[in-house]
Amino acid sequence: MKRVMGAALGALLAGGIAHANAETKLTIATVNNGDMIRMQKLTGDFTAKNPDISLEWVTLEENTLRQRVTTDIATKGGQYDVMTIGTYEVPIWAEKGWLAPLDGLGADYDVDDIMPAIRSAVSKDDALYAAPFYGESSMMMYRTDLFEKAGIKIDGRLTWDQTLEIAQKLHDPDNGVYGICLRGKAGWGENMALITTMGNAYGARWFDEEWKPTFDGPEWKTALDMYTNILGNYGPPGATSNGFNENLSLFNSGKCGMWIDATVAASFVTNPKDSKVADKVGFTESPCAVTCNGANWLWAWNLGIPMGSQKVEAAQKFIAWATSKEYLELVASKEGWANVPPGTRMSLYKNPEYTSAAPFAAKTLAAIESADPVNSTLKPKPYIGVQFAAIPEFQGIGTIVGQQFSAALAGQSSVAEALSAAQSSTDRTMRKAGYY
Amino acid sequence: MENKQTPLGYISFSVFAWIVGLLIFFPIFWMVLTSFKSELEAVSIPPSFISFDWTLENYAEVQERSNYFKFAMNSVILAVGSTLVGLVFAVTCAWAMAFNPTKRTKNALLWMLSTKMMPPVGVLVPIYLLFRDWGLLDTRFGLIMVLFLMNLPIMVWMLYTYFKEIPTDILEAARMDGATLPKEIIFVLLPMAVPGIASTMLLNVILAWNEAFWTLNLTTSDAAPLTAFIASYSSPEGLFWAKLSAASTLAVAPILVIGWFSQKQLVRGLTFGAVK
Repeated sequence: MKRVMGAALGALLAGGIAHANAETKLTIATVNNGDMIRMQKLTGDFTAKNPDISLEWVTLEENTLRQRVTTDIATKGGQYDVMTIGTYEVPIWAEKGWLAPLDGLGADYDVDDIMPAIRSAVSKDDALYAAPFYGESSMMMYRTDLFEKAGIKIDGRLTWDQTLEIAQKLHDPDNGVYGICLRGKAGWGENMALITTMGNAYGARWFDEEWKPTFDGPEWKTALDMYTNILGNYGPPGATSNGFNENLSLFNSGKCGMWIDATVAASFVTNPKDSKVADKVGFTESPCAVTCNGANWLWAWNLGIPMGSQKVEAAQKFIAWATSKEYLELVASKEGWANVPPGTRMSLYKNPEYTSAAPFAAKTLAAIESADPVNSTLKPKPYIGVQFAAIPEFQGIGTIVGQQFSAALAGQSSVAEALSAAQSSTDRTMRKAGYY
Repeated sequence: MENKQTPLGYISFSVFAWIVGLLIFFPIFWMVLTSFKSELEAVSIPPSFISFDWTLENYAEVQERSNYFKFAMNSVILAVGSTLVGLVFAVTCAWAMAFNPTKRTKNALLWMLSTKMMPPVGVLVPIYLLFRDWGLLDTRFGLIMVLFLMNLPIMVWMLYTYFKEIPTDILEAARMDGATLPKEIIFVLLPMAVPGIASTMLLNVILAWNEAFWTLNLTTSDAAPLTAFIASYSSPEGLFWAKLSAASTLAVAPILVIGWFSQKQLVRGLTFGAVK
């Protein structure tokens, strides 16, 4: 027994220590979405061109990935050679010196082809610190058949007041149709992404020029009143649990008259394999209010290299391949133009093959081009970001405020109470962090 | 005391037990069912129960995208390895506490248990730094150590409870016959505590198999177990329930089979001493 246990333990420990060690193995951390999975399947093209580099994929759910790569980069763990990071992380990490500048992407990379709004979001002092893989903004998707039946025509960009009127007309819960579906799930990247764009449209901002929160102003009150009214009265039941995926399944099963969310949803709702209303969807810009500044968000998933990586050269080769124009053509040749990662390169939107395969291309382009992370509010602001403020404290602040606004939507607190709680909790965090 | 259960009482009790059993099993059943649906069927409202187009495409997709056996092998090594290492420490520790208690034994036991009350994320950065400096990140050895330490308090507690039920006289008799301490533990104590040890091992294997915080945070690819495999199928943008269900079904299948075959031992061990 003793010998058996000893042998088993020895074998296990030896097995545990044994560790493959390829010379130029790149470990790539990525999120699980269709475009990233497609890239994994197409890596044969990269390894054929670069036989000395092998790729190891680590795919994780977004929140897990964020926690995992943040821990690794902050502690210089060196577990990843290429990281998939959002537009929120790039400016903060570049500022901290955690990301290697991408200065070796090659002469034929055509960096000027990257959409200006996205490029500015991933650059610092004109140097690229991450390369965008796909980009998105937000827009409204609506049911053309229901609009027609109700005699509604969209003329120009809608306001939130007009959107409320349309939601009232379309709302027919007895027949399983809700006027509008919006994000209600609490989180800085969930309900707060949408509510911040609503706040921007009503002239609100997260912080004034002295970094003081502004939830005690009338702009936020109007925005949150509109949000709780339109979604609480003309949205689906249990909206506080709904994020992107829940609303996507509601819309795809024909239960939403309108849905305002990420432009990337356009390809899902028009795919007959996944959507019952694929041929009855129209697209228009996100509603404005007193301004259109910041009324639609800007987000991109980007590939970056942690500072101190020993494989920067190989990692840059991979990033150049994955975010190049040639990669878009590769995806198109294998999977069709409708499946290429959108929202990063201008040339894609000039390609007639793409614009005919993706009927939502023009609206997506317009939304991304109009989103400016620097000038996204009516009044001046000290932070970068449309639907977030690119400061390290924002994730915590945004999630707490999101919970308070979600409680207001659920009727557990009034709008005034939610705003007051948001103001005091944000003020406390900003004071503690030494902003004032 | 004679058991005077009436037929009606017996039937009501059986029905109640079946309802509780089915309620507990329903999420697993639903997960397995969803794994055979298309992504659209998986999120359709109202959900379809049996009458849908059964498909194996999710399993095919999971097989194509991930090396299931690599993840499963890592799970087996981590669960069994941490259990065996834990057992060596827990048996000796529980023996000392059960048969040679001091006035601080109870406090020591409570203190051990209190370490389980701290959220793991509180020590993530220090552990991560230690792992980085010792070259243990993404190694099975490192994870075995963490999982064994994490489950050690529970193992000690369980074994302590079982050992307390064993009469001290038997151990004394062995000592009188000239048994050394290791012989006393291995040849006298352990055979008598087999049910308790077996259930402790099984519970520890299940806990280590399901552990998802450390296994996700300290691994990337080489040592990643099935928890990382499942995590790679969750997505904030896009439909993923059917594929995630297929991945989860594959991940829980081995432990479900082991649990099914060893349920008698597990229940016996967990209720050992509870009715005395």
